[in-house]
Amino acid sequence: MRIVIALLAGAFFGAGLFVSGMTDTTKVQGWLDVFGNWDPTLAFVMGGAIIPMFIAWRLIPNRKPLAGGDFPSLPRPELDHRLIVGSILFGIGWGLAGLCPGPAMASLSYGGTSGIVFLVAMIVGMGAAPQLGVKLDRLAGTA
Amino acid sequence: METDWIWGLVGGALIGTGGVIYLLGNGRIMGASGILGGIVDGTGRSTMVERIVFVLAVILTPLLLMPLYAVEISTHITPNLAVVTAAGLLVGTGTRIANGCTSGHGVCGISRLSLRGIVATVFYILAGGITLVLFRHILGVI
Repeated sequence: MRIVIALLAGAFFGAGLFVSGMTDTTKVQGWLDVFGNWDPTLAFVMGGAIIPMFIAWRLIPNRKPLAGGDFPSLPRPELDHRLIVGSILFGIGWGLAGLCPGPAMASLSYGGTSGIVFLVAMIVGMGAAPQLGVKLDRLAGTA
Repeated sequence: METDWIWGLVGGALIGTGGVIYLLGNGRIMGASGILGGIVDGTGRSTMVERIVFVLAVILTPLLLMPLYAVEISTHITPNLAVVTAAGLLVGTGTRIANGCTSGHGVCGISRLSLRGIVATVFYILAGGITLVLFRHILGVI
């Protein structure tokens, strides 16, 4: 059950990234490039994705997930250094290459050498993140 | 192209539907960096199979759709491997430290009106925009 759901969700996610043009780095960088030839597509993608999710979040109170377990609780609205610093690091990388984790996976079959190198570097970064996160905590004085 | 925004909206709706299926079905937030990152660092050990299946579906579905397109699809990613490597390291590290990326914080967080998701999205978009302006228009690197 959980596996079939993951397969379906992944298929929709991959298809959506593909048809929306979000695996095309010129569209993503075009959206970030407010001083160049600005491309609004990303805003439509975000809007189109947020609407069904907004409805889904409204449906979950007093219900259980289909496959059992519980829905994720809302995290404490805490804006810690990890959230801010991590998001800034992510944004810098996103701006540099025009890829975020979803499209990096979805475009693997047609992204060429650069796409593979990006995904490998991203996985290395993910592997290093737990230790770097602890270092960051120490810098922020919360460890 | 003039129809790009329509495809953006359609693709966005598909992405959102994927998120709805994952949330209502498995009770999980569909975040690309969280699902992949949990495989990489082992924190997702108890849900490893469904994570791997999700990742494979994301990778393989575009491959199935590709023949429907008359034009060749390209990511237009830079051939500069130094830039690509640095960007990949930053994206991997940053999303895991922030505990989310465009799908988790962006799509799932904003739609939940989560303060953390909204703030994360503001910061990565600002950082991305400043980076692009700096490296493209001032330094001329990308």
